[in-house]
Amino acid sequence: MIRIENLHKKFGKNEVLKGISLNIEHQGITAILGPNGSGKTTLIKSFLGMVLPDKGEIYYKNINIKNHFEYRNDIAHMPQIAHFPENLTSREIINMIIDLRKSKTNENYLIKLFGLENELDKKMVNLSGGTRQKVNFLIALMYETPIIILDEPSNGLDPLALLRLKEHLQTEKQKGKQILITTHIMSFVEEVADNIIFLLEGNIYFNGKLSELLELQNESKLERAIAKILETHPV
Amino acid sequence: MWKIFKYSFYDMIRNRWMFIYMAFFLLLTLALLFLSNDFTKVIISLTNIILVLTPLIGILFGTMYFYSSKEFIELLMAQPLSRKSIFTGMYLGLASSFSLSLILGISIPLLFYGLFNAANFSVYLVLCSMSVVLSVVFSLIAFIIALRFENKIKGFGVAIFTWLFFAIIYDGIFLLLLLLFKDYPLENLSIGLTVFNPIDLARILILLKLDISTMMGYTGAVLQKFLGSGMGSIFIITILTFWIILPFMRMLHLAKNKDF
Amino acid sequence: MPRIIILIIALLITIKGHSSVIEMCQSCVITTLEDAIQKVNKCDTILIDGGEYHIENVFIDKSLTIIGSNQATLISKSGDELLTITADYVTIKGLILKNVTMSYIKERAAIRAVKQKYITIENNFIKDCFFAIYLENSHFGNINNNIIEGNATTEAESGNGIHAWYCKNINISNNNIKGHRDGIYFEFVDKSKITNNHSELNTRYGLHFMFSNDDDYWSNTFKNNGVGVAVMFSSRITMLNNQFIYNWGRASYGLLLKEINDAQIIGNMLKENTIGIYIEGSNRVKYSNNTFDHNGWAIKFSGGSSDNDFTRNNFINNSLDLIVNTKLGSNILHHNYWSNYSGYDLDRDRIGDVPYYPVKLFSYILDQAPEAIVLMRSLFVDLINFSERVSPVFTPKEVMDDYPIMDIIR
Repeated sequence: MIRIENLHKKFGKNEVLKGISLNIEHQGITAILGPNGSGKTTLIKSFLGMVLPDKGEIYYKNINIKNHFEYRNDIAHMPQIAHFPENLTSREIINMIIDLRKSKTNENYLIKLFGLENELDKKMVNLSGGTRQKVNFLIALMYETPIIILDEPSNGLDPLALLRLKEHLQTEKQKGKQILITTHIMSFVEEVADNIIFLLEGNIYFNGKLSELLELQNESKLERAIAKILETHPV
Repeated sequence: MWKIFKYSFYDMIRNRWMFIYMAFFLLLTLALLFLSNDFTKVIISLTNIILVLTPLIGILFGTMYFYSSKEFIELLMAQPLSRKSIFTGMYLGLASSFSLSLILGISIPLLFYGLFNAANFSVYLVLCSMSVVLSVVFSLIAFIIALRFENKIKGFGVAIFTWLFFAIIYDGIFLLLLLLFKDYPLENLSIGLTVFNPIDLARILILLKLDISTMMGYTGAVLQKFLGSGMGSIFIITILTFWIILPFMRMLHLAKNKDF
Repeated sequence: MPRIIILIIALLITIKGHSSVIEMCQSCVITTLEDAIQKVNKCDTILIDGGEYHIENVFIDKSLTIIGSNQATLISKSGDELLTITADYVTIKGLILKNVTMSYIKERAAIRAVKQKYITIENNFIKDCFFAIYLENSHFGNINNNIIEGNATTEAESGNGIHAWYCKNINISNNNIKGHRDGIYFEFVDKSKITNNHSELNTRYGLHFMFSNDDDYWSNTFKNNGVGVAVMFSSRITMLNNQFIYNWGRASYGLLLKEINDAQIIGNMLKENTIGIYIEGSNRVKYSNNTFDHNGWAIKFSGGSSDNDFTRNNFINNSLDLIVNTKLGSNILHHNYWSNYSGYDLDRDRIGDVPYYPVKLFSYILDQAPEAIVLMRSLFVDLINFSERVSPVFTPKEVMDDYPIMDIIR
């Protein structure tokens, strides 16, 4: 469904993406991994239209996303850090997003899942970081979208919320959705991911199933496998 | 776009700074009214303050608002919305709440004091609309600056310099040019130079209300015609409209081509 | 009814003065003014009852009274003068006079009075005439309650409303003058009074003095003229409680003083003029209790003036208060109210504790580069004005009001 062709992006002198071509067809959970500065976030942002590539095309359902925004109806995105207008309450923000997107939502289920019932009428500026992150989740996940993109989802979540999140992702996966996750927590990846895309210096180093990566590196733990790749390719 | 406008407007009017801004003008106008019962004197003092302060606050607050909304903008950009509607909506939210608190701050004391007759009312209307225009133009410039400069410190620096430039430096250079070339006909130059500074344009429009008797003392035919007839006002209003449209288009252009 | 009253009055006058009344109208025995004048004796009255009479250059060489009623109108045949008075004790009342046209070679007037005394011109309506009333060598005259409306468009092609030349002890009051070159013009006119007149929309001056001494003008209104009042080469003129309003333009002043000595300017209101008072070469003039309101420049003070005294005046919301291009010298400036004063009064004696400096640097800049007017009230101009006040370089340091009053002087 997502097809990326020869994607280049430079920020000043820093060449972040050096001609990435990628097909993400498989359903299930795909983890996008890579060391800092390898281009994970840029890749995701390019797909979301926030970063404009210097060269290359991105297709969603065989339509070039350039100068389009309607395709984002199919995408739920949770950014790494969530800053909302400080003087609005969570309820207002949730309503605002619903108002903006106009599609079916299941926010009540998620409010219960994350235990946000009592936080809804507080202004964002008065919420703790973890609670804000939960609101962030809620906003991202309350739609029925074929694609879910989570940027560092485990940041700032308490263990219970993290557990709930994993459960929720499994449910969504069962529905046949494509879920893209970037993270640094390897145990999280091992637990949930079906596929791995490993980025290194702006190129794709590996794209395949988790088990294949382990096999390739001849390791039983993902953490070790990744470390081995990084040792052989010093940044 | 209107939805984004609605929410950013809601957000802004609940902002503490907007409230402080309104309270400042409220107290200022009240204080001026207590010090002097003379409407003209109050308007003159208000004019002096508004011409300096609305561009400054507009540009600083606009820059600050943009930087602090960066993540929110990213959130919006992941939604099925065009960039144009996101930025137009946000900008309108900022500018309108800005103008609203300014107008309320000035108007409430003046209306309560009831110093209005027809002539005063037209001066008041010009003052209000010019303060709105300056807020609108300078918060647009603020958005442009914030879009151009990723670095907040640099952005604020440029914002303050831009204000200094339009509020003081520009007029200094203007005056210097007039004095240096005083032996040449300068009427067209002096009209031409006002075009490039929205503060000057707004100021002259207020002058045409407050100081018309002085303006008529000027001897040159071109400038006299410019200042003395309705033509000058129409000219200034037209140019100010351009001062809104062109930066607005520039802002959208920058927003369209920026990486977030 | 009014006709009967006038007849009775005329009868009374006749009885008292042993003189008779002659009636003239279009259906009367006497139908022309020339005929009437010829037939009457000294001190008689001619009553003109309605009708339009086309006449020209009619001489009134006897002391008589002409009273018009029912819109009795004298119209100039070819545009030349209507009446010329050469006798003493002539009264002209209640007439409508029209159509004395412009001429480049002769100063044509509706009513001309030459070398006589005790003339009275009252309640007339003089419309569209080149000059309306022209007095030469005319003394002890009274010009009251006339409405004088010219159709002047340019200074060069218009005449004066009331023109007086070599006159003494004349009295001009309650006239309404509009649309001439000068509303009232005095040349070599002494010991005369101008009171309660309204002079408006004249192309040059509302009132003009040349070489005239010991005259008073009180409670007049001068509105929307080229210059409100111009007083030139005259001495001992008293200017009291007049209003000078809306004199806008390139060389527009409320009051223009040139070579004036020993004048009193008291209690006048100067409002919304480009320049309130322009002073050149004037000595020993006292200005007090005047109010300068909303003028471009309240006072423009040029060189060669000494011993002038400005005390207890109000300067309210003038764009610029004072411009002086010499030192203040022997002129005095104190105890005025300045609305632009930003000082304080800690000892609460209602007199500001720090002096007020009415001359701004910006006034000087405007002198150098008039186009700088577009920079008025800008922050930059405020800043340089302020720094100039802190350490004066261009503006004369001693031009200041040491005792600025804190409240408007009533």
